[in-house]
Amino acid sequence: MGTGGIAAGGAEVINAFRTELEASGIKAAVSENCSMHKVGCRGLCAKDVLVDVIINNNKTTYQYVKPDMVSRIVKEHIKKNTPVSEWVAGEDYHNFHKKQLKVVLSDCGSLDPEDIDAYISGKGYEAARKILTSVKPEDVIGIIKASGLRGRGGAGFPTGVKWEAAMKQSAKQKYMICNADEGDPGAFMDRSVIEGNPHAVIEGMIIGAYSIGADKGYVYIRAEYPLAVDRLRKALSDARTKGFLGKNIFGTKFNFDIKVKLGAGAFVCGEETALIASIEGQRGMPRAKPPFPVYSGLWGKPTVINNVETLANVPYIIRNGAQWFASFGTEKSKGTKVFALTGKIKNSGLIEVPMGIPLREIIYDIGGGPEDGKLLKAVQTGGPSGGCIPADMLDTPVDFESLAKVGSIVGSGGMVVLDEDNCMVNVAQYFLQFTQMESCGKCVPCRIGTKRLLEILDRITKGAGKEGDIELLEKLSSDIKAASLCGLGQTAPNPVLSTIKYFRNEYEAHLQGKCPAAVCKALLTYYILEEFCKGCGACIRACPAKAITGEKKKLHKIDPAVCIKCGACFDVCKFKAVKKE
Amino acid sequence: MEKTLKKILKESIENEGNLISILQDIENAFGYIPEEAVNWIAGKLDINPSRFFGIATFYSQFHLSPRGKNIITACCGTACHVKGSERLIDGLRKELGLSANEETTKDMEFTLEKVNCVGACSIAPVVIINRKVHGKSASDKLLKEIRSIRDAKSENK
Repeated sequence: MGTGGIAAGGAEVINAFRTELEASGIKAAVSENCSMHKVGCRGLCAKDVLVDVIINNNKTTYQYVKPDMVSRIVKEHIKKNTPVSEWVAGEDYHNFHKKQLKVVLSDCGSLDPEDIDAYISGKGYEAARKILTSVKPEDVIGIIKASGLRGRGGAGFPTGVKWEAAMKQSAKQKYMICNADEGDPGAFMDRSVIEGNPHAVIEGMIIGAYSIGADKGYVYIRAEYPLAVDRLRKALSDARTKGFLGKNIFGTKFNFDIKVKLGAGAFVCGEETALIASIEGQRGMPRAKPPFPVYSGLWGKPTVINNVETLANVPYIIRNGAQWFASFGTEKSKGTKVFALTGKIKNSGLIEVPMGIPLREIIYDIGGGPEDGKLLKAVQTGGPSGGCIPADMLDTPVDFESLAKVGSIVGSGGMVVLDEDNCMVNVAQYFLQFTQMESCGKCVPCRIGTKRLLEILDRITKGAGKEGDIELLEKLSSDIKAASLCGLGQTAPNPVLSTIKYFRNEYEAHLQGKCPAAVCKALLTYYILEEFCKGCGACIRACPAKAITGEKKKLHKIDPAVCIKCGACFDVCKFKAVKKE
Repeated sequence: MEKTLKKILKESIENEGNLISILQDIENAFGYIPEEAVNWIAGKLDINPSRFFGIATFYSQFHLSPRGKNIITACCGTACHVKGSERLIDGLRKELGLSANEETTKDMEFTLEKVNCVGACSIAPVVIINRKVHGKSASDKLLKEIRSIRDAKSENK
């Protein structure tokens, strides 16, 4: 039951189970033999709603469950113990999990995120207790450094080093901030971790705060994630009731409490100095670094800002040891990484893999390959700051260094699969639209540079590109990268540069007035193929522009002068009679 | 209005709020940021109203003009984009009779707004109509939904 599951009807399914179980007389047994749990997102969102039925430790997973299927599951499976085989999740579901390695997500999807006792019974808060009662701050930092944990928010800075710098500051007041302002479009790792296991994040924050000597913490979270905010607030208040937050935690002299700050919808606030400005109640504009926040952060005090996933790793590292964590991944990128695998892929969802896994294994073994037998074109990683990795480079290992080498980044973990129907110039234009809108406007290279970049891309996609535009894009991009103040501007040209690097031919085709993937509206026309049109009228009804005419059972026609190229006719035609070119 | 604002101000002082949290409370209470509300609060706090407006125009969550009764939020995240959200939005605009720069219909019935990403990428493209999330949205289904909202309204008349 993450956001995806609820959108797919998770709540209705739960209610259906509740009524059905009560109605069928299992009521008496509900409390003893039969219990029902809500769990966080377990990853394979594409097949939501997923339901586990566990009888005597035999687990059966159902996929695409709808409320009207519940009665049969209860009757046949729960009462007579014969699973409804045609609804049981198949090979895809199991393959999806086979190559994954779950650390941060290990409890997501099996644990009720709204129940602190469920977390505690699985050794939750033991790590924090052990650290606070028996380990010195410098030794905690030693463990984190030895584990090789690097920031999961995008830049990959070593977490232990950050903590150490903050610890060494003599200031009395320090702050611990969790950055849950997951702004990258196409990414939902942090949302799912908070929705699925909020206490791991809180425990990580307690350990971090203790190590650096902070007594106040903030979670800066997007207001666009209402479910995550609710679950986080509940988790914080439960932790407070249990005495894990507040004064004299675990009977020690250590005090620490956490406040929730809601973001107000600005992408740049994921940048740490902008995030600080936003918590202080100002416009979220970044400032020049140094000084880094560990020296001068929130209200001028030493501040550590860690990403959600980074913090959620911490309790597991303390519980299982630095060596255990360091045994996963590559030499320089240790541990696992959570990715949001989305776009044109069969099994889209949330995955966690060891660092260094070849991209091919993620796409084909876990993701099941592109949808509908289409041809894979590229994989976009790192959102608006990242780049596109073309299909012929799928053997690239996924870790900080290797992705940087091919012109992309791991970033926060968005991974969007593109197929033959996607236009790479359009993808670059999309990201530039995004960064240009979200540029805070403080520094000129980013504010005006991204605007000019976008203008050039706009004219290329409209078929009005000029000779030399591609070179101009490259030149302008390198200037923006070199001269911008913060990470937003420094990385904004990456989608343009990487698509030019690997898909220059598509740019050139646009200059010739063609969009090879038939995406750019100005360069394509819709028409109806005579031999396939049955005259059913579906397209006429779907057309919002009333551009299609034709009598029943006779050939329909699209008037190009009226057509808005929305593609509604293309989508509804069952006979593939609508063509775009 | 003053009663609501007094409450917002009182709570904000109690909870150590700041300009952003005050604006968030105003937006929640009125559905947008009325100019007179900002002026009232700014006067009480002796802070220049321009600081409030500077923040309100910086963050996309705040709206300076009233919005329609029905809110349609189209997700423009990457996954939704590559799965055709732009075409969906064009179709919705046409249906609602909105020009490229308009967000709200003249009869104040519908507001169509774009958001960066709602994080439900697995069911892209996503459109939220009055808080109900529609995953794997197709143009015809959305138009049906909008027409049914309209029909329900005219029946009530």
